[in-house]
Amino acid sequence: MDAEITLTVDGQRRTVTVDTRTTLLDALRERLGVTNPKKGCDHGQCGSCTVLLDGRRHLTCLALAVAHDGAEVTTAGGLSGPDGALHPVQQAFLEHDGCQCGYCTPGQVCSAVGVLDEIRQGHASHVSEDLEAEPGLTDEEVRERMSGNLCRCGAYAGILAAVKQAGEQAGEQAGQEGAA
Amino acid sequence: MKELTYHRAEDAASAVALVTGDPDARFLGGGTNLVDHLKLGVTSPTTLVDVSRLPMDEVAELPDGGLRVGANVRNSDLAAHPAVRRGWPVVARALLAGASGQIRNQATTGGNLLQRTRCVYFQDVTTPCNKREPGTGCSAIGGYGRYNAVLGASEACVTTHPSDLAVGLAAVDATVVVLGAGGERRVPMGDFHRLPSDRPEQDTTLAHGELVTAVELPASAVARRSTYRKARDRASYAFALVSVAAGVDLDDDGRVRDVRIAWGGVAHKPWRAAVAEEALRGKFLSEESVREAAEAELAAAVTDEQTAYKVPMVRNLTALTLTSLAEGATR
Repeated sequence: MDAEITLTVDGQRRTVTVDTRTTLLDALRERLGVTNPKKGCDHGQCGSCTVLLDGRRHLTCLALAVAHDGAEVTTAGGLSGPDGALHPVQQAFLEHDGCQCGYCTPGQVCSAVGVLDEIRQGHASHVSEDLEAEPGLTDEEVRERMSGNLCRCGAYAGILAAVKQAGEQAGEQAGQEGAA
Repeated sequence: MKELTYHRAEDAASAVALVTGDPDARFLGGGTNLVDHLKLGVTSPTTLVDVSRLPMDEVAELPDGGLRVGANVRNSDLAAHPAVRRGWPVVARALLAGASGQIRNQATTGGNLLQRTRCVYFQDVTTPCNKREPGTGCSAIGGYGRYNAVLGASEACVTTHPSDLAVGLAAVDATVVVLGAGGERRVPMGDFHRLPSDRPEQDTTLAHGELVTAVELPASAVARRSTYRKARDRASYAFALVSVAAGVDLDDDGRVRDVRIAWGGVAHKPWRAAVAEEALRGKFLSEESVREAAEAELAAAVTDEQTAYKVPMVRNLTALTLTSLAEGATR
């Protein structure tokens, strides 16, 4: 069975007819030519296909495209500004060498944006001592929250530093805006 | 993968009617388990009825202090809900111990309870498996058995239920609200999942076409002082070897007024340790008294050389969980 769906991908409205068995990942990559989300394991174990779906980090390999008709998809490629300026998370990955071969990087970057948003909203994690307290931006917290994204090169040390830096920058910016 | 007809459900009743009337139809929720099974060939429905957009996505406080959780509430939203964090920490902790941040954003409350075993043979269609293909045999008996059950298994199936949330819900006496062709019914968590017996293809007591619409959490002192601990091969993003959901209410002298213990990773369903609970009521809670109570429950355990480790592991984890709760730990 075929179905016509419309997705907004990195700000562009795209309409495409897909077989109902098509995953969102295959629709993006094979039908729309959006190759930022990567196919790693294709079973929800590696995180390389992560995008922001309606603003939240989401695997595209474990989602049928037809079920997400109308969704807004932001890939790592859509995070930069209209002038090409890098998103703070992207910039931090560059500065801390959070990439090696680069294959997992778009998923890592999208997941990191989601992680920082979840921390900002006060969501606890498995390693948070107190479910009701504001979570900190510690190594332990970032490692736990990023555990759904694997890096076979083992660039974790750089990824950890990058996520923390981007989180600290966002926190400082929020603090300055609050004070102004 | 077979040709697939996709319906987006208009309302719960018509979704139930569609699936009830078609043995090859399935409900689609967050899809995190079902979409994987479609790819693996573990299941081959010809029709999917997508219930993920039905308005069953609210967490509502009930007049008696309980909570009604819509079946479409995402795992991450339920874990983050202020009332859950305050009144049912075991539920929030169980959710946060499961899957990854991405999957928790996708997976629903109802779907989490209906996820299927991660037994390697169930997921490998080239091997016999009574749960996947009734009557073909069980490859896990005498095969790779480290994750196998130690309580309530049968000759037909020795697998364990994979959900963390379900273990937390079993501990707090949750009720599952189910809509079927004949109307709504309410199923206590203890009766929702089943032991394998000679019908391991049936994970739950639901009939084909019955839809989980909500889960209700009753308020209690044991739920307020509760937590979840999980032993696993990695620090994060791995299924349980064993897990413990527990809550306790102590009187002024420090004796156990009430206690709840449920175990994951040991059986085909969340294992409510009723024998251990009874042994602890009225007693002082100590590492020793909890170990003794857990051992009474585990007298029924059947192990082999691959699963023998689970008995001391779940006993010790129960002691650690309850004694730290009694000492006021929040985690």
